[in-house]
Amino acid sequence: MSAFNAIGEEREIDREEFTPGIEPQPTWCPGCGDFGVLKALKQALPEVGRTPEETLLVTGIGCSGKLNSYLDSYGFHTIHGRSLPVARAAKLANPGLEVIAAGGDGDGYGIGGNHFMHTARENHDMTYVVFNNEIFGLTKGQTSPTSPKGHKSKTQPHGSAKDPIRPLSLALTSGASYVARTAAVNPNQAKEILTEAIQHDGFAHVDFLTQCPTWNKDARQYVPYTDVQDSDDYDFDVHDRVEAQEAMRTAEEALYEGEVLTGRFYVDEGRPSYQEEKQRIGEMPETPLAERYFDDDYEWERAYDEFIDKHR
Amino acid sequence: MTESELIWRISGGSGDGIASTSQNFAKALMRSGLHVFTHRHYPSRIRGGHTYTEIRASDEPVKSRGDGYNFLLALGDSFARNPQEDAYYGNEELKPLSENLDELREGGVIVYDSGLLDADEIEGFDRRVEENDWHVYPIDLRGMAREQGREVMRNTAGVGVTCALIGMDLEYIQDLMREAMPDKILEPNLEILQTAYEQVQEEHDPDAHDVRIPSGEHDEPQLLMSGSDAISYGAIDEGCRFISGYPMTPWTEVFTIMTQALSGLGGISEQVEDEIAAAALALGASHAGVKAMSGSSGGGFALMSEPLGLAEMTETPVVFVEAMRAGPSTGMPTKTEQGDLEHVLYTSQGDTHRVVFAPGTVEEAYDQTRTAFRIAYEYQIPAIVLYDQKLGGELISVPESTFDREPNPDLGSVLTEEELVDAPHNAAGKYERFQHDVEDGVSPRSLPGQKGGRFLATGNEHEPSGHISESPENRVAQVDRRSQKVEAIRAELDDEGNQTPHGPEDAEYGILTWGSQQGTVEEAVDELNAAGHSVKSLGVSDLTPYPVAEVEAFVESVEEVLVVEMNASAQFRGLTQKELGRYGEKLSSLLKYNGNPFEPADIVEGFESTMIDGNDDVPGIETTFVPAAGD
Repeated sequence: MSAFNAIGEEREIDREEFTPGIEPQPTWCPGCGDFGVLKALKQALPEVGRTPEETLLVTGIGCSGKLNSYLDSYGFHTIHGRSLPVARAAKLANPGLEVIAAGGDGDGYGIGGNHFMHTARENHDMTYVVFNNEIFGLTKGQTSPTSPKGHKSKTQPHGSAKDPIRPLSLALTSGASYVARTAAVNPNQAKEILTEAIQHDGFAHVDFLTQCPTWNKDARQYVPYTDVQDSDDYDFDVHDRVEAQEAMRTAEEALYEGEVLTGRFYVDEGRPSYQEEKQRIGEMPETPLAERYFDDDYEWERAYDEFIDKHR
Repeated sequence: MTESELIWRISGGSGDGIASTSQNFAKALMRSGLHVFTHRHYPSRIRGGHTYTEIRASDEPVKSRGDGYNFLLALGDSFARNPQEDAYYGNEELKPLSENLDELREGGVIVYDSGLLDADEIEGFDRRVEENDWHVYPIDLRGMAREQGREVMRNTAGVGVTCALIGMDLEYIQDLMREAMPDKILEPNLEILQTAYEQVQEEHDPDAHDVRIPSGEHDEPQLLMSGSDAISYGAIDEGCRFISGYPMTPWTEVFTIMTQALSGLGGISEQVEDEIAAAALALGASHAGVKAMSGSSGGGFALMSEPLGLAEMTETPVVFVEAMRAGPSTGMPTKTEQGDLEHVLYTSQGDTHRVVFAPGTVEEAYDQTRTAFRIAYEYQIPAIVLYDQKLGGELISVPESTFDREPNPDLGSVLTEEELVDAPHNAAGKYERFQHDVEDGVSPRSLPGQKGGRFLATGNEHEPSGHISESPENRVAQVDRRSQKVEAIRAELDDEGNQTPHGPEDAEYGILTWGSQQGTVEEAVDELNAAGHSVKSLGVSDLTPYPVAEVEAFVESVEEVLVVEMNASAQFRGLTQKELGRYGEKLSSLLKYNGNPFEPADIVEGFESTMIDGNDDVPGIETTFVPAAGD
């Protein structure tokens, strides 16, 4: 059998391959930032030479969760907050796949916060795109973990008493080896960052600012941005943890004060991915586990003889 | 019950090496040609607290721990003297001796460590010894071990004393020690064993009592296995190469055994942040094309209900194991119960489908775990192996041939790339992975990475290509197809005959049970028939789809049925009544939910009192009788 021929073949990838012909058109509202993510992803994937067949897009629930309905790859639309554990295992089972996980700020930083922390800690070789619009969109406008303090909604009528999550800082402290923020209003930067994140060998977290024209007109997601890499004011070394931490703190505070800072904040090329670590210590086979099931020649060992012997 | 059986109990403090000592002794008894069955009793503490293990050894096959026991080795709880422990748990020093007297049979033997325990402090000890004709050997095991410089080796001294008193050759123990122990501790242990053995022979008269080791011979090679072992090896032989989990008693045993075995096989084990993640990982691995499992105990399984539903909706094959302990909530972590039946059958939202097996023996645990994987991957449905702390933890000698060890890497209903070329695709080129009209309701999968197989797996209702759909026609077609799979599974499982009948076919009364109580019930049935009653039993292992035809035939064939299970709300009886649709007036319940499993005597007593004498009260406080209720 030849299930895995698709993987690793060198060929030119046509951008149109990721665009379904008569498949469902997005149900997102006109002007929604999610269109920006979809577009950037469609542009980035051919850039990195991935075919739709070797791409697995795993999503959570919410407007963002519908992303893989509109990208013509393999897809797994999971449950609220659980895209990362599904994606992690798929990648471990078949490292030949390009695994991308995506979700919203409620999905990724709220209900899935624990998984976010642990996936970053383990540094799985995958990309995680979080659509950050500071609101619960699909359930009609409730306060989210990234909504600013004082944000009023039907579920927080007195204004939120909580400080917002700081996703970039959280990713860094948890161990992500690539942390960036981009915005739907900056298509060029978004494509560049997604391309880089997908190519990165480790856990790449992209906090993707997406505007919600229906439920969150107050958020800063529409305003012109400053690319921290291009700005002399924010000169820092993306490879330096301490400097990156400081830059992130500034960016995360500035967002709520009216200035949108985006760009790469931290890149660590040196940290081995989880898969590499597991293989190094002998916890994971060199050949993809999934491939073995399709290889007629693979000898199904019963190497637990020593375990059976213990029962004699 | 044979006259020649030895039921040996070793007691002491948690952390005193009771488990390892008893495991070795059980293996030595097995190697000498006997059938063995062990039972563990331990508190939810790391160190200190009364614990014991019982080993029943006989020249005949044994199916339960039996009633009572005839040899006590009381080691003393070395941690009971910790003053801080005193503050929490009271003085437990005497418990290894005092707590174990009730079940010691008449004429039994007591060996206790006089270095740690003083029998004079136990009220009425001498009187009870006399009344029961017990033979008491106070021996300073601690002192004996101390002479060799290692007080912890008093376990070994105790085993040496036991061997001398029951007439067992030391060679089996010595061989095991040589295999398992590093040189540094091997020599002193062998020395202590020998010294203890000789000292008893010199100073005591082993013929003063009647407890002797029986002699036996096995027809074929045996392995000492627990239910957790059997589940793990069943999964591995069936091709499972991915496991994810979070530690929780008693499921941790399977998780640990699988992890260690998989590391030698090039599989993957992941200990993750919580049970939701654990279950979701198993789905991810399976989706990518690997046979995967996860599992937990009650509370952890509760967290898995959402991924379980996702597996059902996306038709992702996966096997979960659920190791029951006493609930609700944290309940009694180290005590057994069958209280999670309804939790496992019905958890998750919507019209859900799953397959649930409850093996009754170690052998069945192996076979049915294999079946669970086969069904899960063939029919793309989650399968659950439901067992309890008792089955998971007890070590039993089983014929090696039980484990056929023929590996099965077949992924079930998956198409190759060649087959995908001719498979139906939608106008946009997506493979119709969830087709409406397919044989048995099974629409074959494609795997990420395969050419021509792109599709979307989603927890939303979806059309054939996987895209979200709220079309009424599609909804009905998909629900019907998913249900159709269950009927196909039912037909397949009915042919397999996982249910275990026992006793005379034309018996007047029936006992219906499920899961780990099967062996105990069978022993009780034998005792009841020997006592002149007419009883047979049926051990049910397929919980859903439920084996309606077989159970109905069983119920029809008898006057009355006693349903034996370890929970307070008669969950299996409820399931049976629901599935059969009638017979309520024929089914009574014998329930036990004090944390300990049934013993054959509980069932014999309960049966005679309720079925024969017509009492609603069962003697003793251990069991409860719930009479038939009508339909």
